[in-house]
Amino acid sequence: MTVAHTDAARAASDDRDTFPHLLLAHARMRGDRPAVREKDLGIWQSWTWAEAAREVRGMACGLAELGFKRGDRLAIIGDNRPRLYWAMCAAQMLGGIPVPMYQDAVAQEMTFVLQDAGIHVAIVEDQEQVDKLLEVMEQCPELQHIIYDDPRGMRHYSQPFLHGLDEVIAAGCIHDANHDDFLDQEIAQGRPHDTAIMLYTSGTTGKPKGVCQTHHALISAARGGCSFDGLNGDDEVLSYLPMAWVGDNLFSYAQALVAGFTVNCPESGDTVMTDMREIGPTFYFAPPRVFENMLTQVMIRMEDAGTIKRRMFHYFMDVAKRCGSDILDGKPVGTQDRLLYALGNLLVFGPLKNVLGMSRIRVAYTAGAAIGPDLFRFYRSIGINLKQLYGQTETCAYVCLQPDRQIKFDSVGLPAPGVEIKIADNGEILVKGPMLLKEYYQRPDATAESINADGYFMTGDAGFLDAEGHLKIIDRAKDVGKLTHGAMFAPNYIENKLKFFSFVKEAVAFGHDRDMVCAFINIDMGAVGNWAERRSIAYAGYTDLACKPEVYQLIQECVEQVNAELAADAMVADTQIHRFLVLHKELDPDDDELTRTRKVRRGFIAEKYAVLIDALYGGKASQFIETEVKFEDGRKGKVAADLVIRDVKTFPVTQGRAA
Amino acid sequence: MARQIGEIILDLKNISLRFGGVKALTDISFNVREHEIRAIIGPNGAGKSSMLNVINGVYHPQEGEIIFRGEHRKDMDTHEAAAAGFARTFQNIALFKGMSVLDNLMTGRNLKMKSNFLQHALWWGPARREELEHRRKVEEVIDFLEIEHIRKTPVGRLPYGLQKRVELGRALAAEPSILLLDEPMAGMNVEEKQDMCRFILDVNDQFGTTIVLIEHDMGVVMDISDRVVVLDYGKKIGDGEPDEVKNNPEVIAAYLGTQH
Repeated sequence: MTVAHTDAARAASDDRDTFPHLLLAHARMRGDRPAVREKDLGIWQSWTWAEAAREVRGMACGLAELGFKRGDRLAIIGDNRPRLYWAMCAAQMLGGIPVPMYQDAVAQEMTFVLQDAGIHVAIVEDQEQVDKLLEVMEQCPELQHIIYDDPRGMRHYSQPFLHGLDEVIAAGCIHDANHDDFLDQEIAQGRPHDTAIMLYTSGTTGKPKGVCQTHHALISAARGGCSFDGLNGDDEVLSYLPMAWVGDNLFSYAQALVAGFTVNCPESGDTVMTDMREIGPTFYFAPPRVFENMLTQVMIRMEDAGTIKRRMFHYFMDVAKRCGSDILDGKPVGTQDRLLYALGNLLVFGPLKNVLGMSRIRVAYTAGAAIGPDLFRFYRSIGINLKQLYGQTETCAYVCLQPDRQIKFDSVGLPAPGVEIKIADNGEILVKGPMLLKEYYQRPDATAESINADGYFMTGDAGFLDAEGHLKIIDRAKDVGKLTHGAMFAPNYIENKLKFFSFVKEAVAFGHDRDMVCAFINIDMGAVGNWAERRSIAYAGYTDLACKPEVYQLIQECVEQVNAELAADAMVADTQIHRFLVLHKELDPDDDELTRTRKVRRGFIAEKYAVLIDALYGGKASQFIETEVKFEDGRKGKVAADLVIRDVKTFPVTQGRAA
Repeated sequence: MARQIGEIILDLKNISLRFGGVKALTDISFNVREHEIRAIIGPNGAGKSSMLNVINGVYHPQEGEIIFRGEHRKDMDTHEAAAAGFARTFQNIALFKGMSVLDNLMTGRNLKMKSNFLQHALWWGPARREELEHRRKVEEVIDFLEIEHIRKTPVGRLPYGLQKRVELGRALAAEPSILLLDEPMAGMNVEEKQDMCRFILDVNDQFGTTIVLIEHDMGVVMDISDRVVVLDYGKKIGDGEPDEVKNNPEVIAAYLGTQH
């Protein structure tokens, strides 16, 4: 009897494992704790769980009044705003499916998702987003209502299908008061295996696909992550990454609702650094490029600092390099080093962490791209528990996590709790667990292609498990190619090595079916500009700077160093870079050269710059090119330059093949 | 558009201004209506800035009459002008370079501060309440102009385009009814100009502020102004709606140099 009773209880509680139930539970049990903060008019405003739940209820009823019902998709477009997060939950209360979209996409890019997801109702942040939707409204006949959060500039819009979010919530609150059981019944109908959210893949290959994730999948991933790192209701997170990205959904929404911690929304995209300093998050996530930018900033400022400060910084950074990571990992460290490190913490690391807003961080994660070992070591050595994780949209960004004290620079850690990993014969990583996608929206073909007969999701990444079971990623399985003489060619691996230099912003390596490896390089305007300034090299802009012989020399040294590193590893020694050129323009998502998540679109670039590739392999010393560029406001222009191509020194293999 | 252009609030009649023997302005008459965007254009040295200085009382014309909100007067007085709701920006930025953006904007609230020096020095009672109130207003301006990210940055460290925006912010902090802008877009790139245009139109639209502006960029002027007055060598050679002025042969000859 008892057993049956417990089972029934568990079944009942499992049935309530949906985000709306989690929200209501927090509102009931710890209603006066802060759920969300947002900086508005220079002051941090906060909402408690009880207040948040009230807003969400109002919004849900307001959406219902507009005809939004079970199974409908709700587009959400904007920066990280509390009410946009609440809109996700409001849609879920009604059994609808929120579809967050990239807020910086241009209107035409939005049409695909709007059409594919069959959006009737969209909640957007402001006038800018409203304008974009109005622009593509004709192509999206199904779009019936647009709700805007910020009424600024909206006074003259008289279209009947535009609604202010305030009015929608107000109408919803009245509705909720008049029909007290309507919403609760709707919430009760929600099941854990219902689709909770649709996130579109970035479309690195072909058209984006809508990944349907269930409440169960996201909540399982969030629970696993929270227990893994001991996240709890006292934690603080800063939400500044695009809401359309699975990571933000996991950290700022799913985990926040599971653990009950506070989500902080910055004032605007430009103020993130300041806001971070003010909030002092305890849990932080950033893609490698953010960590890289921060380090570049620090280094540039240290170069400009006075002699005493600079000396002190470098002295203690050497101490940190020697023993910082070991102290963080709890490994034995000599007394003298410990004392020096403590002093360094007082004089350098502490203040530095404070400036970066990282004083209170317990756990910081990075993912999305490979992080340079120097960069990774830097943060760990000053005492920030930076770790890597591995996952994709289809797996709720939850496959591998690095456990505390077992950090390896070149692996992404152990399989996360509840996740099973298998390596296929061709090196592809296969995963299985509760966090797998339910399906691709209206794409049974793609769903069948990506999940094999045994229920494993095929990640498309190539990798292997090392002796201790840590997963190492090499490259995208389909990107791994071969040189004509048979050597394995992993372009990402080479590009990442190049990108670890602060002077190199982006790199594209070519070599599949060729006799040697060649590369395009994009310089980092900030770092190279500063470098040039300190050497009194005058330049007129990006293109001019990129073509300077001094800059070529600088980049050549970087490439040669990469070659030396490649030579040290027998696996990749044959893929040293023979020739390179520095591109005259920055690769840009607006020109379709990068995805919105800033991944290189190799095929597109190879096609667009075919003349340059021909010149690289044809042995030419320079090549003229003119490229069309799109500006932020949609205007077009042309950039032209005569690009120099340089040959680079390669190195003999320094390590025996056996190693 | 919901914005309705109203009555004539500022009427300048036969204004002449001389500096010694140099005639800066000769017998110029034009008016400004409530809620409109009024542009003054003309080649270098045409007397545009002098005209603006006459309007807010920096220069006192030797001849002519100014009728401001029905009140006839020979010239304006700077203090009266400020109290009457005039605010302006300058051709060469006139901000406190060493002070933060926030503090610069606070100086725009100067006229609205009521408590005395001692109260402010002690930051006591009404002074404190008042400052919080003014700070809120200033924050609204910061939000409006989207300059949150430089709130605490010293103005001297900002790029030129942003300094121009901060200067507009300081003028807006005074909650003006008439805004005088002296070349708000000089030296800006296309993107900065577009931003500035949008802010000027927004100010006019949202707060109903009357705007008198001097600008060199013909595209900008013709796009955003309701009426344009054209000066050349201190004389008025054209006045009217942008299209009208654009087709005025005298204006084409003087300003654009050639006749097309």
